Amino acid sequence: MTAADTFPRIDPLGLDGVLVRFADTLTEPANRAALAFRAALERDLPEAVEEVSTALVSTQLRFDPLHLPLERLTAELRQRLSAQDWYAAPLPEGRRLLHIPTLYGTDRAPQLAEAAALAGLSRAEAIDQLSQAALRVTTIGFAPGQPYLGTLPEAWDIPRQTGLTPQVPVGALVVAIRQMVLFSVSTPTGWRHVGQTHARLFRPGTAKPFLLRPGDAVRFPAIDRAAFEAMGAAKEDGIIAEPLT
Amino acid sequence: MSVLEILSAGPGVTLQDAGRPGYLAQGLSRGGALDRLALAEGAALLRQLPGAALEMIGMGGRFRAGGPLRIALTGAPMRATVDGVPLAWNASDALPAGAVLRIDGGATGTCGMLTLGGGFDLPPVLGAVSAHLAAGLGRALEAGDSLPLAPDRGGPTGLCLPPDDRFCGGTLRVLPSLQTGLFPEAERARFEAETFTRDARGNRMGVRLTPGGGGFGLPSGQSILSEAITPGDLQIPGDGAPYLLLAECQTTGGYPRIGTVIPADLPRAAQAGPGARLRFRFVSRPEALEAEARLRRHLAALPGLATPLVRHPRDVPDLLTHTLISGVTAGEELS
Repeated sequence: MTAADTFPRIDPLGLDGVLVRFADTLTEPANRAALAFRAALERDLPEAVEEVSTALVSTQLRFDPLHLPLERLTAELRQRLSAQDWYAAPLPEGRRLLHIPTLYGTDRAPQLAEAAALAGLSRAEAIDQLSQAALRVTTIGFAPGQPYLGTLPEAWDIPRQTGLTPQVPVGALVVAIRQMVLFSVSTPTGWRHVGQTHARLFRPGTAKPFLLRPGDAVRFPAIDRAAFEAMGAAKEDGIIAEPLT
Repeated sequence: MSVLEILSAGPGVTLQDAGRPGYLAQGLSRGGALDRLALAEGAALLRQLPGAALEMIGMGGRFRAGGPLRIALTGAPMRATVDGVPLAWNASDALPAGAVLRIDGGATGTCGMLTLGGGFDLPPVLGAVSAHLAAGLGRALEAGDSLPLAPDRGGPTGLCLPPDDRFCGGTLRVLPSLQTGLFPEAERARFEAETFTRDARGNRMGVRLTPGGGGFGLPSGQSILSEAITPGDLQIPGDGAPYLLLAECQTTGGYPRIGTVIPADLPRAAQAGPGARLRFRFVSRPEALEAEARLRRHLAALPGLATPLVRHPRDVPDLLTHTLISGVTAGEELS
């Protein structure tokens, strides 16, 4: 059976949610489809649907199950899914490329060596690959403004840890399953902490509280310890953003 | 304008309301009160619309009334006194200006709720005043904080609601979740037969549940694609002990979920204190919908269930100072 036979698929998520999945692995077209399908739903929200969001390759709807039977919502979604080829939809408009300076390894990001070993790379090779990777915000999730970034070279298909690291700081760059996550909050995680930045992804008191949007491109150039500490002392994040055409 | 002064506070005292719907796409979960029923009960006791209240996890603190205040105490029963005089729980009271309200821990449940007449006069951030600790929005309250109160239009005090039994664990109803089908049928049956103990580890994001027997890990559990998370999800991390996700849960996650506690049972789930025993029962969608409808009917009926508190004379320590005859009223203000 091919992907086209089983996806997109629609499943309930708890009592008041529905998930439209476009694939069961992270692919570029499936990520596009999730973003585009959400944008289309936002433009014309079905009745009793309260909220729409995306994860990596899925679009989530939250609705009032007492006012809209699941069967009716599912039928409506099927109809909308068949209206176009969502996997070929364009990326969102207004995308940017952000450069976020990163300190790899040291006591600020203590799991670089462990992650490099799992990827079968030397420490220097690991820093080269991570700092040169062209990554895209595939989704914002887990915590406010926090990006999932894909996709790293094949070598980085490393699993999450079985245990949890009790706490990583705000701005921690972590890696697992060919993806990176840049943390917007201090949190426990099963991903490995390989880099540290001064990025603040969520600024609740400001006019634009969220730094990144799905579809934005991001690079994490390597800086040394002295540059990292100087940036911190100056309360700067060193981030450069340029528009993408 | 009146205020509530915080003289001391336990580590888990925060302002909470119904939370912030609408930001899932930006990675911000709704948050809000762990026990929404307690929020609604507080409002019903004060005859006002639900707004923000003080959620007190584990213990409350000492609070001074900056003016004459009406208060309601709901959620997990805690020991409460005003100037040393015990207060009834699940009830509303009047505090004179300067009175000191003291709220200690309780024997069961996790969080009590203190609702103020008129509510708080605080500017919303992204549409709510709730602290969302996991998101870094707001913070726990501390000694020295002074919370401004909106004018209280007034209303009855001395009302109470019938006690509830949602503070001791019990059986939670679950719907299948996205990965339920990945768990072998025998594991799902074992999950339903198992009694779990609520671990001491827990916060507003979620609580760890210790199984009586072995864990429920999946061999493929470390490499599942991250997708949408919802409060009530029972996520199985690598050690096989389920994490029950609560109001401040993350918006996405990759650990497999064996099921989702239905919204109607989330107050009971959140109120199960450390050491409480929990069991899970898979239910059909029609059964979950019926439970939801029943919960909404109950919420709508709450104001009518708040009735005058009748205290036994033995429980009124300053009985002789009360004016027992001329205090009789027509009773209309309580109706």
